[in-house]
Amino acid sequence: MASSIRVRAILNGDTAEVQTLIQHPMDTGLVKDAKGELIPAHYIQQLTFTHKDKTVFLADWGTAVSKDPYVKFAFKGAAKGDELKVSWVDNKGATDSLTATIQ
Amino acid sequence: MTALRLALGLTVALGLGVSAVAAADKPDPVADAKAFQAFFVKKFPKVAFDDFVNGPYSMNEDMRRQWEEKEQFPPYEFALEAGKEMFSKPFKNGKTYADCFPNGGIGIRQTYPAFDATEGKVITLELALNRCREANGEQPYSYVKDEMASLTAYMAYTSRGKRFDIKIPDDPRALQAYENGKEYFYTRRGQLNFSCASCHVQSPGERIRAEILAPALGILNAMPIYRSEWSGMGTISRRFVTCNSQTRAVPLEPQSDEYRNLEYYLSYVSNGLPVSGPGARP
Repeated sequence: MASSIRVRAILNGDTAEVQTLIQHPMDTGLVKDAKGELIPAHYIQQLTFTHKDKTVFLADWGTAVSKDPYVKFAFKGAAKGDELKVSWVDNKGATDSLTATIQ
Repeated sequence: MTALRLALGLTVALGLGVSAVAAADKPDPVADAKAFQAFFVKKFPKVAFDDFVNGPYSMNEDMRRQWEEKEQFPPYEFALEAGKEMFSKPFKNGKTYADCFPNGGIGIRQTYPAFDATEGKVITLELALNRCREANGEQPYSYVKDEMASLTAYMAYTSRGKRFDIKIPDDPRALQAYENGKEYFYTRRGQLNFSCASCHVQSPGERIRAEILAPALGILNAMPIYRSEWSGMGTISRRFVTCNSQTRAVPLEPQSDEYRNLEYYLSYVSNGLPVSGPGARP
């Protein structure tokens, strides 16, 4: 299975522009399936972006975020070739991470 | 509507079977396609011909900008990756999808649907894929989404840019299938009394609630699509079914004769436009 995370980090002057797409069902726990049974809540609780051991972006998410979330942000202080680590953990304890190189 | 039909050189089927159409109205797909394409080109002089395959994005500047941004991380990417994996994975008997298709199934999307002379019916890509599975002792997939959408997404992706090349052989049954598809496209049905053409020929570029209607020209070239509304992928079958239910008509079974013939007609009149699938739509 390929990674659930797609990242693109592009340096623009002194600012790195980061875009991320994460594959995740983000079930709210309020939706019923075809049989009428509730689909249990299953959502990302925390999403972290780390650059040089420093957390540059931290999101505490709940059920209000849509399926396959897309995140875009920018931060200063990065250089070309630096590594940016992305990781998420969901309410079932599942987790995934990926390290991208800033271009 | 009548004026439109005449402009498109169509026969007004007054509830009669096609068999009752006089010989003077012999189906002429070549002229149909020419008139159909000319109609859209004239209606949207600012839209480049190849751009019609981008549906609502060819009609609306704002949506286009959002879409171009989105294409950096296409929402269909996950399905595409899954499709690529599924396509190359052998069946239990060791064969693969590649064994069922010319050129190993790569870069052939633009030739479907095709008329099969031995069976005397239209074979769509979705049907061909399931037949391939069944011939190799596998269970068929649902026509509506998930696996089928992933597989067709991959096959469309390998055919991107290739121009639709749908053939109608010199066979009365093929001509009849085409004609039936055309009839289905222009026939009003359902509680709202809409035909496919009411939206996609008369009103492309117009808003229907928050959506922008896509032109019928090139509408299948972008299939399968990821629709934000579905938060997932959908096949051509799914698009037909939802179109029917949204106009409060009774949807047919996916891959029924009518749907396959409709796909045949719609694909034929979009001949010459490039494959842009898999696509993303709001």
